Amino acid sequence: MSFFNSLISGISLGSIYAIIALGYTMVYGIAKMLNFAHGDVIMVGAYVCFFAASRFALPPLAGVLLAVVVCTLLGITIEKLAYAPLRAAPSLAVLITAIGVSYFLQNAALLLWTPNPKVFPNFVARRVDGVDKAGVEFFGGALRVSYVTLVTILVCLAIMAVLTIFINGSKLGKAMRAVSEDKDAARLMGINVNTTISATFAIGSGLAAIAGVLLCSAYPTLVPTTGSMPGIKAFTAAVFGGIGSIPGALLGGLMLGVIEILSKAYISTQLSDAVVFGVLIVVLLVKPTGLLGKQIREKV
Amino acid sequence: MKKALSLILALAMVLALAACGSKSGETETTPAPDNTPAVEADSLTFKLGGTGPLTGGAAIYGTAVKNAAELAVEEINAMSGVHFELNFQDDAHDAEKAVNAYNTLKDWGMQISLGSVTSKPAEATSAENYADRIFALTPSASSVATTAGKDNVFQMCFTDPNQGSASAQYIADKGLATKVAVIWKNDDVYSKGIYDTFMAAAPGLGLEIVSDTTFADGSDTDFSVQVADAQSKGAELVFLPMYYTPASLIFAQAKATGYAPTWFGVDGMDGILTLEGFDTALAEGVILLTPFNADSDDARTQAFVEKYQEKYGEIPNQFAADAYDCVYAYKQALEAAGCTADMSNEELNDAMIAQFTSMTFDGLTGAGMTWGTDGAVSKSPKGMIIQNGAYVGLD
Repeated sequence: MSFFNSLISGISLGSIYAIIALGYTMVYGIAKMLNFAHGDVIMVGAYVCFFAASRFALPPLAGVLLAVVVCTLLGITIEKLAYAPLRAAPSLAVLITAIGVSYFLQNAALLLWTPNPKVFPNFVARRVDGVDKAGVEFFGGALRVSYVTLVTILVCLAIMAVLTIFINGSKLGKAMRAVSEDKDAARLMGINVNTTISATFAIGSGLAAIAGVLLCSAYPTLVPTTGSMPGIKAFTAAVFGGIGSIPGALLGGLMLGVIEILSKAYISTQLSDAVVFGVLIVVLLVKPTGLLGKQIREKV
Repeated sequence: MKKALSLILALAMVLALAACGSKSGETETTPAPDNTPAVEADSLTFKLGGTGPLTGGAAIYGTAVKNAAELAVEEINAMSGVHFELNFQDDAHDAEKAVNAYNTLKDWGMQISLGSVTSKPAEATSAENYADRIFALTPSASSVATTAGKDNVFQMCFTDPNQGSASAQYIADKGLATKVAVIWKNDDVYSKGIYDTFMAAAPGLGLEIVSDTTFADGSDTDFSVQVADAQSKGAELVFLPMYYTPASLIFAQAKATGYAPTWFGVDGMDGILTLEGFDTALAEGVILLTPFNADSDDARTQAFVEKYQEKYGEIPNQFAADAYDCVYAYKQALEAAGCTADMSNEELNDAMIAQFTSMTFDGLTGAGMTWGTDGAVSKSPKGMIIQNGAYVGLD
């Protein structure tokens, strides 16, 4: 039974990685750039939701919506100020800019919100018989699934489904796919490339806000560096699943979470990160574009 | 494509490394605080320097030390006798920045030092203190390496080994448990130092370590595995040699799985009750060994807590009390040795070594403190338990 408990912890952690990885993968797939500031947008989202709930006593859902709106605007602003002027620059310049934005956000958060950790409120507990229940139990308490885990997994699946439909069905989704194939050809076809890329950032950052709230609901300590390590792990998950691929982000995120928790439980708590990254290296050696990545033949 | 990916992965690794250190801005310069009354540079005004994290993840400790040291300096400067000019620099809990901050202080003309607040930076700056013959009394850097082999570096807090063995002794003496789990942070000298001596002392005291799990920077959010391991092996008590941020997550995750052992912390646990948004019910019944209790009936402690609260709007923790004691210990030592400010740092250094190894000091964090030649303090830890969201003395 402890195996199943670990598996559930792993899936829960993996779902969070998957939602964050979606942000990386969308931006990479469409704008062909790595937005390393993504992890810090998550942190901003979590702070906005925290202050909405604790200082202004807004209901949780309103807090989440506010966080999504703030992060979407933040994402668009970052894109317009930091990345759009570099559209023609080499990709390395954009990458370095993204790292700069990441540091900027972290240090701005340090100044604004101080380094003292804040404990994120638990939104998804249910009152049963006057007692706060944090989860459901199966097999007489041997298997426990917390509500946070359930919500995380459901939200993750819902986002994945909506995003797939959006990319394949809507007009903007079609434009995104066109831009991802060939920017110049898309422009010739009458697609506004700048608007499309801005929309991608808006969606990615909105998702980051949701990921931030879920991350901090599951692991409730909030500091200005909260987003950096999950951001890096989610980036790894995106590469693992095949960067640019939406199902790949889900698969990579879940696998990374499960491998991390199971290696902690059955191999060693000291070596879990080494095992996770070891698996990543093996996968990339065998399949350089990740599990579900497209095979790209480069013409010389 | 392969090339691009490997480049990106290499960058990701660099970022991961950077994420391990505390990320914060440049060393913040805090010259002598504006709010201390201007003291004329008379023959009894000593230049006192110190470094500590004022930004970054450990900022709560550095800020507490700086605040309390300022408060003590303010009080002392209002009295007759020796006076201090305090210069406290930010080191962001980073060894390299701490050495830079130390050099800034040296250029400023520091005569005596409060060392560094946290262990990692303190191990770097204490080597400089030793080389430059500038006496240091650190309020809170508790690792053995801070003082080892340096005749002029002294500690106001317990050393880590002292905490580890004292904790094991306390658990055994009070019969709190026989089956014990330990969760510790394996990339932190503080946590490892306590863990090592706890593990060395435990078997001889009849404590059985049933679960021994770790975490590190970057994997310090999910403790489900560690908690489940302790639970499944039937540990009655979980020993947590760590700072309070991860501990708060462990409490929350243990509660979610319905596990309620006796939690036993060390001085790094101090501060958990002031964590913003923390449900103090989670820490109910947590026992910790700490030399300072803000709820104490002692008149000096009460006066200190009241003044601190008035000035900074929060209840001082043990780090603040240690820093306050450091400044007063300096006052006592400098006055007893008859030092004057025109003495060179070497002369002051020798006078301070002679004083600290021979004097007895009564402070907020203990009565009748003495120091050995190795720089370690001798004072007795007090057991505290958290009840209804407040520390209550156990002894």
